[in-house]
Amino acid sequence: MSPMNMRLDELSPGESATIVEILGNDVIASRLMEMGLIDGEEISMIGRAPMGDPTEFSIRGYRLSLRKTESSRVLVTKGA
Amino acid sequence: MPTTAASEKSTRSVALIGNPNTGKSSLFNALCGLNARVGNYPGVTVEQKVGRLTGSKLSIDVVDLPGTYSLAARSADEAVAVNVLSGELAHQAAPEVAIVILDASNIERNFYLFSQVYELGLPVIAVLNMWDRVEAEGLTVDAEVIAKRLGVPVVCTSANKRKGIDELRRTIEQTLQSPPSKPSSAQLARAQFPEAFHQEAQKLSEWLHANGRKTSLYQVDRLLIDSDGHFQKSLCQSGLHEINTQIEQARERLRVAGCKVPMFETKARYGWIRQLIDGAVTRKETRSASSSDRIDQWLTHRWVGMLAFALIMFMVFQSIWWVAKWPMDGIQWIQGLASGGIEAFLPPGALRSLLVDGVIAGVGGVVLFVPQIAILFFFIAVLEDCGYMARAAFVMDKLMTSVGLSGKSFLPLMSSFACAVPGIMATRTIESRKDRMVTLLIAPLMSCSARIPVYVLMVSAFVPAIKYAGGWISLQGIVLMGMQSIGAIVAIPVAWLLKRFLFPGEPATFLMELHSYKWPSMVVIYQRVWERVVSFVARAGSLIFCTTILVWAACYFPGDHKLLDESVATLEQLQKTQAIAPVSLEQTQIEENQIREEQIEETLGEVNRLRSELIETSFMGMAGHRIEPIVRPLGWDWKIGVAVIASFPAREVIIATLGTIYSLGTGEDEKSQSLQDQMQQAQRPDGRPVFSLATAMSIMVFFALCAQCSATLMTIRRETNSWRWPIFSFVYMTTLAYIGAWLTYQFFESWS
Repeated sequence: MSPMNMRLDELSPGESATIVEILGNDVIASRLMEMGLIDGEEISMIGRAPMGDPTEFSIRGYRLSLRKTESSRVLVTKGA
Repeated sequence: MPTTAASEKSTRSVALIGNPNTGKSSLFNALCGLNARVGNYPGVTVEQKVGRLTGSKLSIDVVDLPGTYSLAARSADEAVAVNVLSGELAHQAAPEVAIVILDASNIERNFYLFSQVYELGLPVIAVLNMWDRVEAEGLTVDAEVIAKRLGVPVVCTSANKRKGIDELRRTIEQTLQSPPSKPSSAQLARAQFPEAFHQEAQKLSEWLHANGRKTSLYQVDRLLIDSDGHFQKSLCQSGLHEINTQIEQARERLRVAGCKVPMFETKARYGWIRQLIDGAVTRKETRSASSSDRIDQWLTHRWVGMLAFALIMFMVFQSIWWVAKWPMDGIQWIQGLASGGIEAFLPPGALRSLLVDGVIAGVGGVVLFVPQIAILFFFIAVLEDCGYMARAAFVMDKLMTSVGLSGKSFLPLMSSFACAVPGIMATRTIESRKDRMVTLLIAPLMSCSARIPVYVLMVSAFVPAIKYAGGWISLQGIVLMGMQSIGAIVAIPVAWLLKRFLFPGEPATFLMELHSYKWPSMVVIYQRVWERVVSFVARAGSLIFCTTILVWAACYFPGDHKLLDESVATLEQLQKTQAIAPVSLEQTQIEENQIREEQIEETLGEVNRLRSELIETSFMGMAGHRIEPIVRPLGWDWKIGVAVIASFPAREVIIATLGTIYSLGTGEDEKSQSLQDQMQQAQRPDGRPVFSLATAMSIMVFFALCAQCSATLMTIRRETNSWRWPIFSFVYMTTLAYIGAWLTYQFFESWS
């Protein structure tokens, strides 16, 4: 993992990042990819739910809520 | 039950498919009206909804498929969608046209499913629904360009405003009459799959053909892409076990060739979509989108968001609890009026008893739920349509995951504290089948309002009125509170066990779309409420009614009611005479009235005694005696046994039944002093009192956990479309209730 890379759940509200990879090839990974989370795609973090989980993201022009168990499967890179 | 296109040659059939939350049910209702035939797909608990297209000269059936994000066929819903579209279901021909409904404000993601449906080879119509949102969200969508590039008809609709429906209707007719030419393979997203994959697909297809299996190209793709997919399993089940090794080897070759499964598929499809919409869809950030964000900032805010959530839920709960009370009281008043009318016209006898205690009580027992269902679904429709429902799930998810459910389970479970019937119906808002089933099965454990009369009666008669903390805390209050919460506490381990053992393996994902806020549509709300009420009355209602009649018959037969009927007739005659007797100060008149008053008292006592005798000799009484050995360890006698069985139509019926058994007549309620006195004085054959604190506690715990509510069970039957789940609920809850009551009785017996 290069130093620029981080997990999607580590983003702070308002931050954007580019997806690098979806880890694993199970059902969760497939679902994430079907929902449009594919490497090279930009994703931004909107905010967390009051109890800290799940988190709202913006991708491909729509809003998606992901639990930490799901967003931690997404490797992203900031800036680039 | 599925009426098929094949059965009627002249009937054509089209299928409606789309992502969840694209307004699919609104569009279905707009096309077919509210007269859908609802059934079940054979073998799975997935609902099958078929409607007849209105306003068309042709007779066209519209099959509403489950909402799904993909045709990967991993879940039961997806598998059903694929099977219907590819005509793999027994007794059901493939639809002639697939109508793919897409959220126009989220085109990119929605075209993913389209790209899969497009490859099945059926003529396709693309419906860009929620067209009214496009402008509001700062989008421009050129439907003509998309239609030209795809070579399929594209129709723009706003189903909730009934816009574009006529055009869609015409397009369906046209497509049926002159289907467009099939897309060339180069037009499909599949064309962008890597060369290595095409070779493997070809190889596998030939291998399957050599093994005598007819599989479509789409199925071969799925076999290679989906690990442990639906088609692989069904091929295995049909005896072709070598398929597993074939697929494994193919995947290994793909891996060596650098083709990443399953990632290449999603990449290819989204690449295809980008080309399709390039230049046809543009987006600019507008005020509306950001005002939705501003609302969200507050509604999902750490404190404000929680407060707003609590307030909204409080309002919903209060409404089903208190507002529904007025119409419910009204219904009971009408019920009383109807019974009174029948009693005035019909002489006492079996027919009158059937009409009053069977038919009117049965109808009333169904209609009584309508206000709560209507009010809850009004709120659900408003909250869902304006976009808050997803936020509520978002806010509550963390808390609900701690008990193994998702945020979407909160509202159905909370509603169940008023009544499990609307609560179970509300589980439809949960998309994950596993979460929905678990929520539906634990909902009846929440302490509903029908349990309260039972608790009140037992607590006021048998729990000592001790007060603590200067009168602020009473022991009776503590017991009541304990009874109210026991079900919810027990539900936590039950939910865990159900998830672990009954629905293992299904994915625990919670990917949820959060639409921007908008004003709710009145049409949608009205249809939602209407649909739910009709579905309850028509489907669950008839079963609830039948149960009431059956229980009435069990309490009425086989005893000889001749003496009772005569006494009742005498009593009514006396009461009538008394009512019109002149009030006078003359001594003779006063004496006469007094004598009659005594006669009434005496006959009433006789009537109540006969009633009590008749119930003891009825089938129900026999059953009570039969089960006495079973209920004895709970501290019950046969009378309690009878009262509990007779309360199967509804829990609160136990009070009226106890009243009858204790010769007090049928009109007792939970606050009745004479019923409390009678119960306190009741003795067992050996002289010990029937009711002790331990017995009362054991009855209450039993009622907290049991499934003595036919309405709940019939609603489960209706919602799951299977007898398996109501039977399962009844068995597991009765077992829990029995064990709970037994432990309670043993504990209080040894303690007192």
